Amino acid sequence: MEVTFSFQAKTLVVHLIGELDEHAAEYARRAIDNAIEGKSFSAVIFDLSRLAFMDSTGIGVLIGRYKLLRSKHCPVYVKNPSPTINKIFTMAGLYEIMPIA
Amino acid sequence: MNFSNEMKLTVKALSQNEAFARSVVGAFFAQLNPNLEQLDDIKTAVSEAVTNCIVHGYQKQGGDIDIFCGIDNNSITITVTDYGKGISDIQQALQPFYTTCSDGERSGMGFTVMKAFCDKVDVQSEPGKTVVTLIKSVCKAE
Repeated sequence: MEVTFSFQAKTLVVHLIGELDEHAAEYARRAIDNAIEGKSFSAVIFDLSRLAFMDSTGIGVLIGRYKLLRSKHCPVYVKNPSPTINKIFTMAGLYEIMPIA
Repeated sequence: MNFSNEMKLTVKALSQNEAFARSVVGAFFAQLNPNLEQLDDIKTAVSEAVTNCIVHGYQKQGGDIDIFCGIDNNSITITVTDYGKGISDIQQALQPFYTTCSDGERSGMGFTVMKAFCDKVDVQSEPGKTVVTLIKSVCKAE
């Protein structure tokens, strides 16, 4: 699992790369929280184009980051989910809080 | 039940074994020629079951996880067994968003994902043993 970051104008893009499961969850949490801390941006996009695998542990990680960003009044979006990750997002209702960018 | 092919795997209840376990089951499942989505479904469901063993069954204190796979015609039957604390209320555990963890970052969607990605999910549990059975059929593409 790897997490990288880029900026598109004032939007922070979080690139989730690899497999987000229980083993990778703590790393992903810390990496994202460290990137969010103290930086200025108007929105966050989770780019899932290189996320090969995610299970319900990943739902918890993303909802946790959503809560953190909501407290900063920062909207959260996702883009490029795989068909399987799309199913997980749909069943968990995640698109209602972080729509497709 | 008689299966035409079987596989057994035992792994330690460590999170680094999750990817290994789902990959092995996926490789065994491949003999049914599933499409990519069906393969991902099985790997995701197995990952959920193994995570439950590690996080809930053994509460991250370690133990053995036994995984059995059996092939019968166009379907695979997978059992994932742990010998941990057990599930006191299975019906409650099966509810979406239900979790016993208080750290605030558990989605409580593990069994919901398993049910959505498999044709059948069965859970049997008592203190000291929990068996989750997953069954998925492969519908051949036209």
